[in-house]
This record gives sequence, C-alpha cells and structure tokens, in this order.
Amino acid sequence: MLGQAKVLIVAGKGGVGKTTLTAVIAYLAAQVGINTLIVELDTRSGVATAFGRSELLNYDEVILYSPDHSTNDSRGTVRARVITPDDALLEYLDDHGLKRVSKRLVSHGMLDIVATAIPGIKDILVLGKIKQLERTDGADLIVVDAPATGHAVTFLSSAVGLVDVAKSGPVRSQAIDVLEMLQDPLRCQVVLVTIPEEMPVNETIEAAFKLEDTVGVKLGPVIVNACYTEIEGLYADLEQVANSQGISLSPSELDVLIQAATFRRERIALQRMQLERLARELPIPQLRTPYVFSTEIGPAQIDLLAQALAASISMLER
Amino acid sequence: MSADPLHYSSLPSDSLSSAGEPKSYYSYYSNHEREDTSISPLADLLEKRSVIICAGPGGVGKTTVSAAFALAAAWLGKRACVVTIDPAKRLANSLGLSELDNTPHQVSGPWPGELWAMMLDTKRTFDELVVRYAPSPEQAESILSNRVYKNLTDALSGTQEYMAAEKLYELHNDDRFDLLVVDTPPTRNALDFLDAPGRLTRFLENRIFRILLMPTKAYLKTLSFATQALLRTISKVTGGEIVEEAIAFFQAFEGMEEGFRLRAQHVDQLLNDPKTAFVLVSSPQQEAIDEAIYFATKLDASRLKPAALILNRLYPRFGEVASLNGVQLQGDLKGFKQNLDDMRSIAVMEDNNLSSLLLSLTDVPVVRMYLLSSDVHDLDGLTTIANWMLGIDQSQQS
Repeated sequence: MLGQAKVLIVAGKGGVGKTTLTAVIAYLAAQVGINTLIVELDTRSGVATAFGRSELLNYDEVILYSPDHSTNDSRGTVRARVITPDDALLEYLDDHGLKRVSKRLVSHGMLDIVATAIPGIKDILVLGKIKQLERTDGADLIVVDAPATGHAVTFLSSAVGLVDVAKSGPVRSQAIDVLEMLQDPLRCQVVLVTIPEEMPVNETIEAAFKLEDTVGVKLGPVIVNACYTEIEGLYADLEQVANSQGISLSPSELDVLIQAATFRRERIALQRMQLERLARELPIPQLRTPYVFSTEIGPAQIDLLAQALAASISMLER
Repeated sequence: MSADPLHYSSLPSDSLSSAGEPKSYYSYYSNHEREDTSISPLADLLEKRSVIICAGPGGVGKTTVSAAFALAAAWLGKRACVVTIDPAKRLANSLGLSELDNTPHQVSGPWPGELWAMMLDTKRTFDELVVRYAPSPEQAESILSNRVYKNLTDALSGTQEYMAAEKLYELHNDDRFDLLVVDTPPTRNALDFLDAPGRLTRFLENRIFRILLMPTKAYLKTLSFATQALLRTISKVTGGEIVEEAIAFFQAFEGMEEGFRLRAQHVDQLLNDPKTAFVLVSSPQQEAIDEAIYFATKLDASRLKPAALILNRLYPRFGEVASLNGVQLQGDLKGFKQNLDDMRSIAVMEDNNLSSLLLSLTDVPVVRMYLLSSDVHDLDGLTTIANWMLGIDQSQQS
C-alpha cells in the first residue's frame, strides 16, 4: 500500500478517524524509511496532536516526526502543511507573473465570486498544488487528508467537471494535469476509511463506486477503523466463572458485568454484519484497525494503530 | 424519571433486557443543576416552536434524531414534517422515502397527530426556484441549460444548505404542518446553513456581479481600468470560455436578483424567528465536539442560542465492580473485567471531551442519548427514541 503510489488520498465520512489514519499511514511510512508529507486542507486539523505537537498547521511545512540522527536510524521524517484555496490561488498567480493583482483578487473576495461562477476551481487549485508537490522531490510519499466523503467525491471530481467546462486556458491544462495524476495508479490512489456501522459503510460503498466511475481514480485498500477486538470469555457463565475462582459477586455487580459484556457482544455482532456486507458489496481488500480505548489520540495510540495496520497489511499480503 | 444517568446498572431492569427491543436509555438534565423535572426540554420545544433545525457535525446521528423529533411531535398530536438530506436506506424505507420526489409523504401510524417526511433534492429545489423567479419560461430554460448552472448544485459548497433553508421556508408557508424538523446537511462547517441565504444575497449585490450583468458588448467600455484588468486576469487564469459562460449565466439571472434577494431575506428572517429553534446535536468524539463548539460560538455571535444540546451516541455508563478491584483474575473472569474497564474508560474519555462543550453552553438544556445495541432503522426504533426524548419511561408502558 505504501510503495505503490506517491500520493495517497485518505477519504472518509466525518468522525471515522480519517485524520488519525492519515497520521498513522504517515507514521508507518516513516518507520520503513519513507519521507512523508501530510497535506491538510483545513487549518483546524488535529493531525499535529497525533504526533504530540500542539501547534496549528499553516502553509509552511513543519516537522512532526523525525528519526534520531545520532544513531544509525534509517526511519523517515513526517512533515505536514496546510493547503487552502486562497493560498493556492495566490501562489498560482504569483507563479504566473500576476503578483501585482493577486493580493487584490484575494482581498476583494474575488475567489469566492470566481468560485461561484466556476464550480470546482477552488478544488482544482488545491489539487494542482498537490500535483506540483508530487512532481518535486520534497517527499517520497504525500498523504492527503481529504474532506469528508460527500465532499471528497466533489473535490476529486472537480478536474473532470472543469475539463468539461473549460475549453482552453491555464485552468483547463491544470485540470488535465490533475486528472492525469488522479487516473495513474502509480502516482495516486485513494484510501477510504470507514467504521463498521451502517451509515459509514453505505457512504463508503457509494463513494467508492463514484470515485472509480466518475474520476477513474484507483482505490487502495479500504481501512475499517474502530473495530472491536474480541475478548475471550464474554460468552461464559459469569456466576460460575466467579465462583470457581472463589470470588463472590453481588447481584448488582453481576448485573453490571453481564450488561457490559452483552453490550460488547451485541456491538461485535453488529460490526461483523457490517464488515461482511462491506466485503460483499465492495470487493476490494479490507484492512482493519482496532477501537482505541483511550482518552486521546497521541503518539502512543498512533504507534499502536500503526502496528495493527502493519499486521493487517501483512495478513493481506500472505 | 428517576434513573441515575451515570450508572447503567441502576436502570429499571426491564428497560434493559426486554427481548427484541433496542436497549438503551435516556435521561436529561440541565447543564449545571440536575432537575428532576417531569417535562423534557425537548417536549417543551415541540410544544412551543414551529421549526426545529438540527445542526451539528456529520456522523453524529442528526438524521435519526430529526426523524425521532417529528415522530415525537406526531405522538403529541402535532402535524409534523421532517425534511431529511441523506437518510440511511432502511430508515428511508421505513419513512416511505424510497422515492426521491422532493415533496412530503405522509407516514401512517398509530399516533394521534400526523407524521410527514421528505428527502431533499437539492437540484430540483434550485430548479423550482429558478422557474418561479424567471420572468419567462425561455429565460428559465436558458438558465437550466447553462453549463455553469448545471455544475452549481454539485460543486458549489453551501448550495445544499441554501436549498434546505429554501425548502424549509416553502414548507413553513404550507398550512398542512404545525412543526417542521430540518436535518441539516453534514457540512464540514455547520455554519454554512446559517450563512447560506445571506451568501446568495451578498452574491447578488456584489459589484462584480452587477458588472457582469451588463450587456455583453457594452460591458468592457463602461468598466474602470482596474476592473477590466481584473476580468482579464480571471480570463487568463480560467480561459475565456468560462468567463463567457459565467457572464451568460449571470445574464440569464438578470431581473431575477430582486426576487432572489427578497426570498433570501425571508428565509433569513425565518431562521431568526423566535419560533425557530436550533438544536445542536453532537457525539462525544473530539472532532465532533470541536465542531459543535465552533458552531455554538458562531450562533452566539449571531445572537442565537441553541434551544437544546443533544449528546448522541454516548456509551452506556456502567457502574464499578468493587469486588474485583485488586484481585488477581484468571481466564474468563479476566475477560469480563477487561471489557468493563474498556467500557468505563470510554465513559471517562467522553466526559473529558464533553466538558469543554458543556462549559461553552451554559444554561442550555442537555439531553443525553446513549448508543443502542442495534441500528435504528424502523419506526419501532424511532418510537423508542421519541419516547426518551419526551421523557416517557418505556418500561412503564404496556
């Protein structure tokens, strides 16, 4: 998964752990010596905290993770930056010798007007910038934390739409270049993230087909996040088990333990149903990462998830 | 309702274990002071308001909450209509929404009031709006066939929000309904919904828009040098055809801007009306909480206040099992304890996440709804939720 394409676009419904998985993929890549750049599309992203950093990201790259250079550490670095349409437009205009008007265009809210008239232009500016990064040697792998799935399909379809509308000019060539990148599985793949629940699974299946049909982008494996791990023993007779260890539980204690066990068993049954349905309706490889029972997602949790993801990948390759 | 919301084990046992029923429970109390009141804050809203807008981040169960709101109102004898955006297939089927035709359908059931449901078709709503305001069928047709227009609903962020608000306004003037419940689109920025009508107004009033509306041949002559430079720049970047297409699009809208502006103002007034309630829905996940806080701040800046906060998809709160503390456990018993610890650690995490949201929303009634052991996908499941919303203890019903 990590070595195939230079750009991985991580997409998923809000709340499924898309940003977390973006961090996990970047971290995992760094572990095997791949220098990785995380691209966020929103300054409010929490990807820095996943690496134990507190700063807000902006247009300039920051290092979130680096190997220990004093030892013979062969791991890669993880850097991160934000690309917003306004930033991308300014840079685009500067690059095209239009520096003088660029500030005015942005300050007049021109981008919003143009964006209303020309749907998809904001997205194409951002994707164009990503393509530019892909073409330079700054990183071995670029992991893009895409907008939530509904918006991700729109985001990635922008190139197709603009090629259709624009008959000439730089935007058209930009859109064509972006489309070339999106449609080349050796340059770019989309990793869909979901959780094993009904709505997220529905949305993932729908997004997968739309992305393949309208954009023609290659789908990498789908990552099912927040899977409950089975705990052995939850199906046993609790009272008997306790008695055999000489522990006597009060009726209310028995009740609490049984309710909690029942709850997990039912959630696991629900999860199994959704995982099977996903496999049936979306025949692409499935990776799984566990539910993290933790108050926050920091470096320790990222490490744990990365190990689980690596194990899941090696299971797939076997 | 006297069940302690913090301890799953202290609930009446039949509400937990009746076979075939989704198991969960509901409790409510105000943010600071827990009150043992018998009137749910949500039942109060259903009685006093005519529009309820469920806002919040994506993936928190807004659609289910919205549908349950409308059903609860129907149980209270109201004629309620829920406007949803993208319901899960099985929920849509149970609401009779298998066909997407942009009009409300009545859902029949044993409630004393009426339950109506519709699924919003953004594109069609916009088309209807164009047809309504176009001075002639020809002008409507030229807009509907314009390529920029065709792309607009899909590609312009905020269009779905605006059309939801627009549909709300249309249905508000439909005297078949006492109460409308709107499930807002899952936006990255929940504020888009509030902002959407105003955005179109501002857009229509924009100077550039007015310039573009001038007759094609004459327009360059009348423009200032600076504006010409700006337009040339846009052409350079985007290609001339797009600018021409955009101009054609704006020209097609000529004479309609006043209608649109008035309409947008009316929609905006409705959103600010005292009989309109914003209900903030969030899950306890950090990402959702951050967005909910952001939204609450923005509401506050518009001098609006959420009428209630619904914390949805909370994990059940399980009590402690003191007899197992500090005991070396083996085998299956260890598993039971591990599972309980897992569940209790989620509760800690959730409370942790929620504290900042609760601090930013003082004096807003808080309703906590807990995860069900199955997905809600039928009217029975919705009725269970609706009952909790109304503060009716399921176990006391026959």
